[in-house]
Amino acid sequence: MKHIWTILKRELVSYFTQPTAYAIILIFLVISLFFNFAFGSFMLAGDANLEWSFLFWHPWLYMLLAPAVSMKLWSDEQRNGTLELLGTFPIPPWTAIIGKYLAAATVWLLALVLTFPLIITVNYLGEPDNWRIFSGYLGSYLTCCVFLAITMLVSACTRDQVVCLIVSVAVCTFMVICGYEAAIRELAKFRLDFLLEALTALGVWDHFRSLTRGLFRYQDMVWFGSIIITCLLGTSAILSAKRA
Amino acid sequence: MIEVENLTKNFGAKYAVNDLSFTVKPGEVLGFLGPNGAGKSTTMRMITGFITPSSGDAKVCGHSIIDEPYLAKAKIGYLPESAPLYNDMTVVGFLKFCADVRNLSGSAKKEAVERAIETCFLQNVAKQSIDTLSKGYRHRTCLAQSLLHDPDVLILDEPTDGLDPNQKHEVRQLIKRLGQTKTILFSTHILEEVDASCTRAVIVDRGRIVADGTPDELKKQMPSGSLHDLFRQLTTHDSAHSAA
Repeated sequence: MKHIWTILKRELVSYFTQPTAYAIILIFLVISLFFNFAFGSFMLAGDANLEWSFLFWHPWLYMLLAPAVSMKLWSDEQRNGTLELLGTFPIPPWTAIIGKYLAAATVWLLALVLTFPLIITVNYLGEPDNWRIFSGYLGSYLTCCVFLAITMLVSACTRDQVVCLIVSVAVCTFMVICGYEAAIRELAKFRLDFLLEALTALGVWDHFRSLTRGLFRYQDMVWFGSIIITCLLGTSAILSAKRA
Repeated sequence: MIEVENLTKNFGAKYAVNDLSFTVKPGEVLGFLGPNGAGKSTTMRMITGFITPSSGDAKVCGHSIIDEPYLAKAKIGYLPESAPLYNDMTVVGFLKFCADVRNLSGSAKKEAVERAIETCFLQNVAKQSIDTLSKGYRHRTCLAQSLLHDPDVLILDEPTDGLDPNQKHEVRQLIKRLGQTKTILFSTHILEEVDASCTRAVIVDRGRIVADGTPDELKKQMPSGSLHDLFRQLTTHDSAHSAA
């Protein structure tokens, strides 16, 4: 555990001594709030639970911004050669993987925490179900964590951050689009039920929406958890294979 | 003490290191010589546990790098070839991070960092960001991290590469001084360093040991008494082969 904290601390220092984290958090806050007021009709819709006006936009933003946070995690280590240094320290590789992942997840936790004025506002203006807001935020955060884990897996495959960003954004975009209602409606015209079910299950919306509606479903937690754990194990396998 | 037993690394049909065996005793400074691509860095990476051997084993202070990797790694101080560093940290921040990874804390950590800074003459740049350092200072910073935990075994991959003559002299003196109490294995292209720092030298060519002995014993193998001539005689076959 101590080593996870050591790696986590180093990565956080790295994020916050460079403009990366500040820029991404700022862009997320500005765009998500702009969408909330401009397209989400926050003041007109009376959506006190923030489901449609605010949280709905999050997967769209994460698919572009989450990879920008975690793309450097292993690509940078490989490009700078510090992977060799890390690989010869007397620490298990999984401590570095978890430490790095938690650092990227912490940056996004901070970004979400900084949207707190919106929660204060809806509580001031109306009578929201705060548990449902919490559940929505949890869904949003877990979606972000899934995208971070996918990007981390891709970053273990390449030493080029740009390649990592492009591939990760493509995968995350696919996961957002393939379960989206409009895309599902179009696909339904082909009458391929098995494909439709597979894409809905793979896409984020089914799992994200159930949490924004305030539903804690066992299968959603398994979906989020299994993708994150698979990506972390995959990262470990790729890094081990590169050293074999 | 380093005991290398039948160490082999092959990438498909190509053998980077082929059945290499040698021992380095405490108080011995072993110069690891060979042309480019002879397998020096690969051997060092296997001894430090960064890459897995195809067969054979290396023991560091009695601990197998395969069966007890963390115990073996804890005994090693390693300077990789390109002296990789985290560019987003300061020199002192990087050394503190390495001390944390090496399980140093409190006053032991503070003393270790101060001692490493003093030993490697880094006082002037201690609070400077690593990305602003010259090549010589970068090399010395990486050397400092290898000395932090006062390891029994030092493995240095081309420790004087890229240094100016004064810095080379300082590093050679440092190796000589540390070699009185520690086991040191260092690779070099510069044959003068064998005389300046080594108690014994090994010449490797295409993954195999082609000469082993004290500098004087090696020189006596040639009528001219020149280590350069011996090196050329034993390894030009490889260069000619590569050129063809």
